[in-house]
Amino acid sequence: MSVFVTLSTTLRNFVPGYRAADGLNLEVSGPTTAGDLAQRLNLPLSEIKIVMINGRRLELATPINDGDRVGYFPAVGGG
Amino acid sequence: MIKILRVNMKTKACDFQDVPAEYDGLGGRGLTSAIVGKEVRPTCTPLGPHNKLVIAPGLLGGTNCANSNRVSVGCKSPLTGGIKEANSGGQPGGHLAKMGIHAIIIEDIAPEGEWYQLELTKDTAKLVPSTVAGLNNYDAVAKLVQQYGEKNSYITIGRAGEFRLTAASIAFTDRELRPTRHAGRGGVGAVMGSKGLKAIIVNPEGGENLPLVDKEAFTAAAKRFSKALLEHPVCSQGLPNYGTAVLVNILHEAGGLPTHNFSAGRFEGHDEVSGETLNRLTKERGGEGVVAHGCMTGCIMRCSGIFPDKNGKFMGKWPEYETLWAFGPNSGINDIEMIVRYDYQCDDYGVDTIDVGAAICLFMDAGVLKYGDAEGCFKLMEEISKGSAIGRVLGCGAATTGKVYGRRRVAEVKGQAIPAYDPRAVKGQGVTYATTTMGADHTAGYAVTANILSVGGTIDPLGKGGQIDLSRNLQIATAAVDTVGLCLFVAFAVLDIPDALVAIVDMLNARYGLKLTLDDVPALGKSVLETEIKFNREAGINEFADRLPDFFYDEELPPHNVKYDIPEEELRTALTW
Repeated sequence: MSVFVTLSTTLRNFVPGYRAADGLNLEVSGPTTAGDLAQRLNLPLSEIKIVMINGRRLELATPINDGDRVGYFPAVGGG
Repeated sequence: MIKILRVNMKTKACDFQDVPAEYDGLGGRGLTSAIVGKEVRPTCTPLGPHNKLVIAPGLLGGTNCANSNRVSVGCKSPLTGGIKEANSGGQPGGHLAKMGIHAIIIEDIAPEGEWYQLELTKDTAKLVPSTVAGLNNYDAVAKLVQQYGEKNSYITIGRAGEFRLTAASIAFTDRELRPTRHAGRGGVGAVMGSKGLKAIIVNPEGGENLPLVDKEAFTAAAKRFSKALLEHPVCSQGLPNYGTAVLVNILHEAGGLPTHNFSAGRFEGHDEVSGETLNRLTKERGGEGVVAHGCMTGCIMRCSGIFPDKNGKFMGKWPEYETLWAFGPNSGINDIEMIVRYDYQCDDYGVDTIDVGAAICLFMDAGVLKYGDAEGCFKLMEEISKGSAIGRVLGCGAATTGKVYGRRRVAEVKGQAIPAYDPRAVKGQGVTYATTTMGADHTAGYAVTANILSVGGTIDPLGKGGQIDLSRNLQIATAAVDTVGLCLFVAFAVLDIPDALVAIVDMLNARYGLKLTLDDVPALGKSVLETEIKFNREAGINEFADRLPDFFYDEELPPHNVKYDIPEEELRTALTW
């Protein structure tokens, strides 16, 4: 299945060559959670505060489905 | 000795007075709202002689507490017709506090066409004819610095304030004597202009940290408070490195980034106008660019950033998230340099970036400009400074622009533009927009915390459940924070680290010799809000004004295809307890 991934701020540093304009289009086989996918990308789970799947805030344990859009964020805030 | 300064613009009398006992325990917003509530007739004409402009540092201003030098500006708003408090960073707040000036109350009006500036020291205050009338903020401050020196700080209005436009702001100089920090919202600059007051020269000489009743306890609590800020990743990493613009990408992902006049929740060019891009370009270009810049002494979060041009020269400050949003996604512009230029124009002319940016979008909605027309936007912005009819419309903000062009989809509440979080996709924020005493104001009860950022708990942003309580509690807490003079961004630490709030209470007790407990914090917030609600009711703004424009209930917002669905009768319960 294919998944579209975006990374925010410091998490981009863990994926060399990450281009924000393109994001990452990944092919994934077998049952995969958002946490599995993060580990495959070498993202330290301790630095991920928020996972959004299709624009909804979910958990690292949430299974990923074909065509999903997954965004990873460290702690961010402003106002 | 703590005092209040009364300045009468008609008689030119400047009187230092003792602080009346009824204002004990109040500073910042709590004090400006108390004074406006007591001394300003709610039915008065906002730009007339009966309105007053009140400027007040917070309760912990002028101390070693981190991030406590904000300054509040209060009056009856010419934009909303209700009570207004707009607060700002910059240097004057801390200076006023150290000079022992608890509040400045500007009364009455000078004859039309006469402009004055207030020369202020610790012990003296004098109105003199202004040497900078007709100038915008950058030129005005540069000239005042030549005349009065670099050790002062300056409070000024630009030409928009002179024209008394309802989106006019008041500028407060930063540590580098640039007019980059603003009491932005609600037309406070128009009120200063209506009085004939162009500038305040704040000379802090002889001022000192204020006496502490229990110095040891204060120092210990201040250390604990700083520790909480430095421990919290939003305060210590996100904000300094990416500014408030760090929000662009997460609001985009959450589908709550209003795009093309609130017709979609995601913007294709989002990353080009994001905090990540500000950070990258500032580092690449170097020169006068600064990542992690503090706008006021004592700031340890340092979110304000300086953006360099291609040659490394100062181009403008890092625009705030709301500025990037208003001129960016909502207006279809993805050119970050141009947005830095609009932000500079806003700082220079002295207008609120949110209301004017939202008005630019309505010029596009009306077909006067095309979405994404960056050059056309720049030229239209210049009209504000020229004082042309179209510039005055723009400088009066979104509600006026919407009326002039006959638009239906005008995102405003009580005449003030709704900022950068679509209420349909961030429903708790919609409660705050609808119900705050200030007109649509994201800072008044920042429900984005639990709705999007997972700070202070989590509440589904698309659901109705819990949103009223969330907004109410945040509005109460914010009124207290604004009274203490703290930068609102301390709230990230306060919401997640229990000792941060205890440390604030401990500092207040040690500073003033009080015996406050944690329970007194919400009591203070409620009492500030009650004063403001009473003023609004007597100004003719009743609970039926606590609503959102109906297009939010009628139209679905992609990508989640959600409408606003919290009924108005429920919204009307938000500010009841």
